[in-house]
Amino acid sequence: MAKTQNSAAGGKPAAETIEPILNVDGVTLQYKTKEHLITATYRVGFDVFPADRFVLLGPSGCGKSTLLKGIAGYMKPVEGAIRLKGREISDPGPDRVMVFQEFDQLLPWKTVKQNITFALRNGKKTDNAAEADDIAMEYINKVKLTGFADTYPHMLSGGMKQRVAIARGMAMEPDVLLMDEPFAALDALTRLQMQKELLQLWEDTHFTVLFVTHSIEEALIVGSRILVLSPHPGQVKAELNAHHLNHDNVGQKGFADVQQRIHDMLFADRILEDEIQAADRA
Amino acid sequence: MSNVPNILTRPEFEASEIGKAVTSDVARKLTLFERISDMHSVRKLTILVLLVALWELYTRWSEVSPLILPRFSSTAYALYLAVAGEQLLIMVWNSVTVLIAGYIIGLVIATILTTAATTTRFGSDILSTLTAMLNPLPAIALLPLALLWFGLGADAIIFTLLHSVIWPVALNAHVGFMSVSETQRMVGRNYGLKGLIYVGKLLIPAAFPQILMGLKIGWAYAWRTLIAAELVFGGSISDTTETSGGLGWFIFANQMDLQIPHVFAGLFMVILVGVFVENVIFNFIENRTVRRWGMQAR
Repeated sequence: MAKTQNSAAGGKPAAETIEPILNVDGVTLQYKTKEHLITATYRVGFDVFPADRFVLLGPSGCGKSTLLKGIAGYMKPVEGAIRLKGREISDPGPDRVMVFQEFDQLLPWKTVKQNITFALRNGKKTDNAAEADDIAMEYINKVKLTGFADTYPHMLSGGMKQRVAIARGMAMEPDVLLMDEPFAALDALTRLQMQKELLQLWEDTHFTVLFVTHSIEEALIVGSRILVLSPHPGQVKAELNAHHLNHDNVGQKGFADVQQRIHDMLFADRILEDEIQAADRA
Repeated sequence: MSNVPNILTRPEFEASEIGKAVTSDVARKLTLFERISDMHSVRKLTILVLLVALWELYTRWSEVSPLILPRFSSTAYALYLAVAGEQLLIMVWNSVTVLIAGYIIGLVIATILTTAATTTRFGSDILSTLTAMLNPLPAIALLPLALLWFGLGADAIIFTLLHSVIWPVALNAHVGFMSVSETQRMVGRNYGLKGLIYVGKLLIPAAFPQILMGLKIGWAYAWRTLIAAELVFGGSISDTTETSGGLGWFIFANQMDLQIPHVFAGLFMVILVGVFVENVIFNFIENRTVRRWGMQAR
């Protein structure tokens, strides 16, 4: 199961003949800090199919957020290509909507509803104000914020803000919904609630979502397929199935086994790194 | 080891039903006095009334010369006369029109500077250097030069006003644009905002708290500079009729005529206009925008 299908060379046994909606092909991403040029990911490849809940999982420094920014179009790969429905990605666009971890992703000068209609109208989803209103209300109802449509974001709790961001993302009906650790800044109980709600929303329309997290448990609960990345730079370590796991399995044998397996994979790296550092010192 | 406390194991329990919480007063209406004394305006007004009373009593009992410190009542009467005779209001209007002209031209120049500073690194360097150099220079110190370049008249005053408006406005707007969070920028681009639309729909509202702060500081500087400049030569503007010149000149001319209550009346007018713009106009804008959005800088 290990590194057999590194860069996606089409070697995957495609389920029937469905085309992947998103194809990441041998992508190397680099970014500059003040002093260094950092390679965030090295020749990472994977395919996301329609209705996938595809999770990028890895420790900090594995480039998973950078990868998501590359897919969103904020960064260009120095090597390889990212294709959405066969077309190479060059710029950010409303066909891939990003939900961020930070609460300030909502525009504070707009109400909950206006935040969504702003996205709909500027993202060219609709030009009609009334129609935008209807769509916005539909998704506000879906995330159970009906009474807060005309509230400004600063009056909302963290969990409510993330719900609005998710509603805004879903209202755009993008090809892929990109979620960058959307629940990481929430308290444990709210996070649990949000994971459940996200899965319920997914049950309704089976939208395609790409979800970044560093929590093994969250990856198994939320994801249907998990890409495990190793750190410094991010490389594909494994791709696992998790569609059969959810909140009900937490703590059960099957769940714990996969959890342990991923833990070992990530932990093995840690030991290896320590050894390398020790060798360097010697 | 012996003085480390041990865990005391106690029996567990679960509440069978949670009763209704009852305290003596869940909600009590505040007394009239409590409500009135909690109102900002009432508390501030009380202080004002006390000050006025103190002033009036002191001038009545201490027999201080009215040329040094006139009574509050005579100042109030002088203010009434000057307003009723329209002469003061016309002079306020003269001042305000010059101020508005200077403010608007200043804003245009500040916008150009901010645009240059936000789009290019060279522009940013220019703005920060110029601001560091010129911001500490009081605008009024430029008046002699302005007189030399533009002659006696409104042009010279407007030139000094520009100096007091441009730097705080441009600097604050630039800082505001720079501090718009990366997340919000990415959100804007995600929904396809580009170019001027991106600036207008995302950057300006996101930076609005700082922009507004710059506008307020610029206004306050300009108002002080204007009064000071008018004190110097407000009356020398071409014609020398009663109502030429601005508020500063009203104060200066009355001092020359030893009309001390009118001097005080003029000072009152300066305060009144200042308070009106800051507490009514800017407050209105703030309530409608940054306060409503929960974005206030402080």
